[in-house]
Amino acid sequence: MTTAPQTLFEKIWNRHIVRPETSETPAVLYVDLHLVHEVTSPQAFTELRERGLKVRRPNQTVATMDHSTPTTPRGRDGIIPVPDAQAQAQLTQLETNCRDFGIPLFALGTENQGIVHVIGPEQGLTQPGMTIVCGDSHTSTHGAFGALAFGIGTSEVGHVLATQCLLQSRPKTMEVRINGTLRPGVGAKDIILAIIAQIGIGGGTGYVFEYTGSAIRGLSMEERMTICNMSIEGGARAGLIAPDQVTFEYIKGRPRAPQGAAWDVALADWQTLVTDRGATYDATIELDADNLAPMITYGTNPGMGIPITGTIPTRNDMTDEQSKAGLEKALKYMDLSEGQSLIGKAVDVVFIGSCTNSRITDLRQAASLMVGRTVNPKVRVMVVPGSAQVKKQAEAEGLDKIFIAAGAEWREAGCSMCIAMNGDQLKPGQYAVSTSNRNFEGRQGKGGRTFLASPLTAAATAISGVISDPRDIR
Amino acid sequence: MESFKPYTARYAVLPVENIDTDQIIPARFLKTTSKVGLGEILFSDWRYNDDGTPNPSFVVNKPEYQGVEVLVAGNNFGCGSSREHAPWALQGFGFKAVLSTYFADIFRNNSLKNGLLPIIISEETYQKLVSADAEAAGEVEISVDLATQTVTLPDGEKVHFPIEPFAKYCVLNGVDQLGFLVSADDDLTTYESAHAARVNTAGLV
Repeated sequence: MTTAPQTLFEKIWNRHIVRPETSETPAVLYVDLHLVHEVTSPQAFTELRERGLKVRRPNQTVATMDHSTPTTPRGRDGIIPVPDAQAQAQLTQLETNCRDFGIPLFALGTENQGIVHVIGPEQGLTQPGMTIVCGDSHTSTHGAFGALAFGIGTSEVGHVLATQCLLQSRPKTMEVRINGTLRPGVGAKDIILAIIAQIGIGGGTGYVFEYTGSAIRGLSMEERMTICNMSIEGGARAGLIAPDQVTFEYIKGRPRAPQGAAWDVALADWQTLVTDRGATYDATIELDADNLAPMITYGTNPGMGIPITGTIPTRNDMTDEQSKAGLEKALKYMDLSEGQSLIGKAVDVVFIGSCTNSRITDLRQAASLMVGRTVNPKVRVMVVPGSAQVKKQAEAEGLDKIFIAAGAEWREAGCSMCIAMNGDQLKPGQYAVSTSNRNFEGRQGKGGRTFLASPLTAAATAISGVISDPRDIR
Repeated sequence: MESFKPYTARYAVLPVENIDTDQIIPARFLKTTSKVGLGEILFSDWRYNDDGTPNPSFVVNKPEYQGVEVLVAGNNFGCGSSREHAPWALQGFGFKAVLSTYFADIFRNNSLKNGLLPIIISEETYQKLVSADAEAAGEVEISVDLATQTVTLPDGEKVHFPIEPFAKYCVLNGVDQLGFLVSADDDLTTYESAHAARVNTAGLV
């Protein structure tokens, strides 16, 4: 008997069906790994307590503190102070919940703490073929390993805590093929910003993306995570990349990766996790990496992106009235004009960090431009590593010294100014070039204005004080 | 969750596309550990001035829109973050339904879990609702009936809206989905006995 050719998505989906979808009910889908953080979990634990339910699989669950945690320096006692009483209460609540329900926790200030989507891969928890969920839309990050990973709401966090399952209708699949080879100075962030600019922020709604093509194969795991991370900014809940040798080498030897004979068994299985020849996607889009320039956003959603060498669109470029109104509203908020070039625009803050771009390779890229240079004294430059482990690695490589010597702030790990819950935020009217994932109104602080870009573009801008093409610094 | 009863209600229009969940409830308000009181901070950055006073030009602050129970919003409502605080805030304010030509996936799922109806309408229906509101601000009404999946527009026209059978059943009967999942325990136990856990987090600190 031969089976019909399957996409990578179908293979993972089919493996996790506890009860199949019917015309009346969605599928019951098994979750291999549940990641928990302080912001979207408290009400779910309350629900469990009210119903007298336990966490079904605490050993397939792990929690971290990242969203509301300070990234300010440790005190003399080695402890990171939390001056915000409400944030402290939320962190204490997570500690209580993890203790009461038996869930392992990476607490603030401990050696493996960090952003939820940085620590999963770092610990070897994120593995090909898994289903992974978290009460956070950037859970799509883990798809870089060929895992079906997506964000859920707090009700669903409760569902997974109690049953290790979710009710899901099967999404459609879209191949996102990136042909060609990236040019120097252009990276993963530029690919994903270009894709979202092409399809719009709702273009992927209802789909799971699978990123394919030569440009994807040439990327490191960290770069692949950057791309999958922002799948949700194109409307897709999940983005996948088929695992290959790069994936296996990244995972091997990590704390929770399979060891010994179990490694060989896992590897043999992971090597089957590809889209079969002849399998079909519901849709396909393509992008040519050869002609890609560094990308930057000009507006108030991640789809409002342009090549850094380009100009802001005009009303005449928009096809419908809602888009024209959207452009007008965005440019008013950003205090920018139609047709304007962004190169040379002065900024107040540069933020290098977030689950999109806070991994060691991101920091190396930023440091490669900052080494031997100083940042413009008018610009506040924050470098926030994604985890305590990334911080340790960067310090072992001397990157911290490069940043500090250049005049940047070298901070503790966390989400920081990406979501601006923890006091790291823009002041009203300030402009920032940020390596994070969202440029929504007020996202980085009420009244703050965000330009999303790559770590290289952020570093180039930090040095010159104005929006700069990193290829000009080189 | 309460079971759904058909209703007739006045509505407010927010004619902005891509309203993301950071606008519905900004992240700085997510340090709460409960669902209570979020209605007061719904659309906070648009609804209040910097000094905390209500912005008189924002739609729900206008006298004629007091007590509205339905929101009509531009395309792709609820994009961005997965925060369920967004539907909690909309419900806390008093909204029972949001009508838009398109909803982001996670927001739509989260809303249905709480009985807040995300009603997908055509561009034509959207324009009719915007026009009717422009003629009689805050006075026109629509009726929502989930059983028949219809919205009755101010001119009496009935339009059909889509919803998955299971979500419809749950909202209509006030059944929460966790109960359904707990009832799938036999299948789950069978699955788990056939599939070893793919990862073990025990002992991680």
